[in-house]
Parts: sequence; structure tokens; C-alpha cells
Amino acid sequence: MGVNTVSIATKIYQTLFRRTSTFALTIVVGTLFFERAFDEGTGYIFDRINAGKQYKDLKKQLELRAAKEE
Amino acid sequence: MATLVGRASKQALLRAHSSIIHQKANLSFKNLSKGKKWAVAAFGTLTAGGVGLAVALNTAVLASDLTLHPPKYPWDHAGLLSALDRASVRRGYQVYKQVCAACHSLEYMYYRNLVGEIMEEDEAKAEAAEIMVVDGPNDQGLMFERPGKLSDKFPKPYPNDEAARAANNGALPPDLTYIVNARHGGENYLFSILTGYCDPPAGVEVREGLHYNPYFPGGSIAMAQALYNEIIEYDDGTPATTSQLAKDVCTFLRWVAEPEHDTRKRMGIKAIMIFTVLLTSAYYMKRAKWAPLKTQKIAFKPR
Ligand code: HEC
Repeated sequence: MGVNTVSIATKIYQTLFRRTSTFALTIVVGTLFFERAFDEGTGYIFDRINAGKQYKDLKKQLELRAAKEE
Repeated sequence: MATLVGRASKQALLRAHSSIIHQKANLSFKNLSKGKKWAVAAFGTLTAGGVGLAVALNTAVLASDLTLHPPKYPWDHAGLLSALDRASVRRGYQVYKQVCAACHSLEYMYYRNLVGEIMEEDEAKAEAAEIMVVDGPNDQGLMFERPGKLSDKFPKPYPNDEAARAANNGALPPDLTYIVNARHGGENYLFSILTGYCDPPAGVEVREGLHYNPYFPGGSIAMAQALYNEIIEYDDGTPATTSQLAKDVCTFLRWVAEPEHDTRKRMGIKAIMIFTVLLTSAYYMKRAKWAPLKTQKIAFKPR
């Protein structure tokens, strides 16, 4: 590492973590994005494991059946 | 003055009395006298024997030796992260409504509970409208009947337990809301009961009005076989064999007893992932913080 090249970690530390105010803000905003991504991710896993079994799948089937009867 | 007291107490605390330092624990079995050894041995034997006896007695109390234990069936929802099969739950509701509801109540179920779980709102409204509910009083102070609404409970087959007993040879058909959790073996037991009717083996007497079922404790159950092939016709065209009917009604009753089932398992994935990270970091932090202490020898040296 040269004198003028600053690593990404250092940059992040300097801009976000060094001051308590920005550190707290980073946590708040980070939580927002993390939770959204985490919910989507785990939801996707659950839906994959239970493909075709949940109410949303049953609802599609019911609509198909209703359409066929008409 | 305060400094004096402080100094005195500090002295008292820190001064090492030789009697304290040389105190030795005398708890080893080897150092006991012969009589005490005997006493300890006898006490140990008695304790172990007593525990053994208690366990044996407790096992014997489960006097269900002549009952057939239900096998474990591969339920769709048996896995750690497996959701209920909603199509099966929906068929199970049909079985309950057309067969079991003649004798069994579902006291804690409302029509609104069906919405978004096994049917759409307008369909649930139509379901509710099929029953008549006593409501009131109206502005003349009279009770009146009206079609059911989403906020109404499922209808009860009998007005009270006495009427239920009177209609069933003195036996009370239990409420089925929590029956899956209320019986050992859960839906495996229920499935076995519903499909397990057979002729009693030679020498077994079954009283008038009772039916032989090897899965029911005691062998004689007051409920007659309720499910037969093609006893109802499914909306979705699934062949209504006895085992299909039983499987569906068991899945339905699991959902009734545990409506939060799917949400719980959905949260299970999150909990497992988050706690893996948290536990690992907690373990790492513990090791990191304790490392200096564990690698040092700390000695207390007065004076
Ligand atoms: C003709 C009335 C009748 C019908 C229909 C009926 N049952 Fe029963 N059920 C009874 C009676 C009576 C008992 C009590 C039996 C006893 O205590 O010996 C009972 C008991 C039970 C039990 C409890 C068994 C136990 O371990 O105590 C379950 C579970 C059960 N019924 C499920 C069902 C299901 C599911 C259906 C629908 C497929 C159904 N029943 C249909 C009358 C009925």
C-alpha cells in the first residue's frame, strides 16, 4: 500500500465507522437493507422447499378450476 | 478516622492467617472411617435402587400394553421446514364438514379463520351463510335467526355435552379443535384410529354399542367407523378412498390445532440462520476475551 492509495476498509472506516453519529446511522440504514434482503432470501428458500403446497398455489388451482367450469 | 478504619479492615482482609492457608479439604472416600464408608455405600445403593424402582413403577403405570401403537406416516408437513399441504387441508375441511361435524364440534373455529388459508373471502362468506345462527334480541326484545357471517363460530352438533352423550350411547364425542395435540402420536394416532377398525380377535368381547379398534386404549371405542371409500365426493376430483379421506382430515385437524404452523416454520429458517451467526460470534468473542486470562497464571501474594 502506497502513501496515497487507501484501502477500501480504511475508507469505509474513515467515512462511516469513525464518528459515532455516522456509525449509528450506518447501523440504522444497514438494518433496513439487511432485513429486507434477509426476509426475501429466506422467503425464497421456504417457497422453494414448499413449492405447490401453500395457499398461493392452491389459490391458482382454484382459479383454474373456476375458469374451466365457466 | 475513616482512613484508620479502612487501613485496619484492609489489614484484616489481607493478612494471611496460617490456619486458612493450611486448611485441607477432607472429602476423599479413602480418608473416611470404616463405619462411615459403610454408611455412604448403603446410602448410594439405596438411592440408586430407589430411583430404579421409581422408574420401573412409572413405566408400569403406562398400562397400554395391549394397545397397538400407531406407526409413523410420512406426512407432507412432517419436515423441519415443510409447510402444510393446503389442498389437503381444504379437502380435509370438506371431510370434517360432511362427516365428522355430525358428532364433533370445532369450538374455537370461526368462519373468518378460513379466509386466505384455504379459501377466498366470498367463498367463506357463502360457507357461513349456509348455517342459521340465533341472534338478537331485536327491538322487540325477541331472538331471531339469521344466516351465518364470517364472525360466527362453526355450528355445534349438540347444544351441550349431555345431549351429545345421550345421542352417542353415553360417550362424549370430544371437541376436535386441539385433538391432534391432545393425543399421543398426533395425526399418526388419528389416522390409525380412523382407518384401524377391524373384527375383534378371538376371545375379545366387545360390549353392545362399542366397536373394536386396536389403536384405541382399551380396544373398544364408542365411535363407529366413520370413513368409507367414496363416502363423499371431493371438489377437486381426488379419488375419495378411506385412507385419502383420513389423511386429509388429519392434515386439516393439524392446521386447526396449529394455524400458525407455516409461519412458525418460515421463521424457523430465519432463526436458524441468524442464531448460527450470533452463536458463532459469541463463541469467538468468549475465546478472544478469555485468552489473556487463560494463558496467565495469577497468584495472590499477600505483602
Ligand atoms: C356418529 C358420530 C361420530 C362421527 C360421525 C364421528 N365421530 Fe369421532 N367420536 C364419536 C364418539 C361418540 C367418540 C367418543 C369415543 C369414546 O370415547 O369411546 C368419538 C371420538 C373421537 C376421537 C377421540 C378418540 C380418543 O382418542 O379419545 C377422535 C379423534 C375422533 N372421534 C375423530 C373423528 C373424526 C376425524 C371424524 C370424521 C371423520 C369422526 N370422529 C366422526 C362419534 C363420532
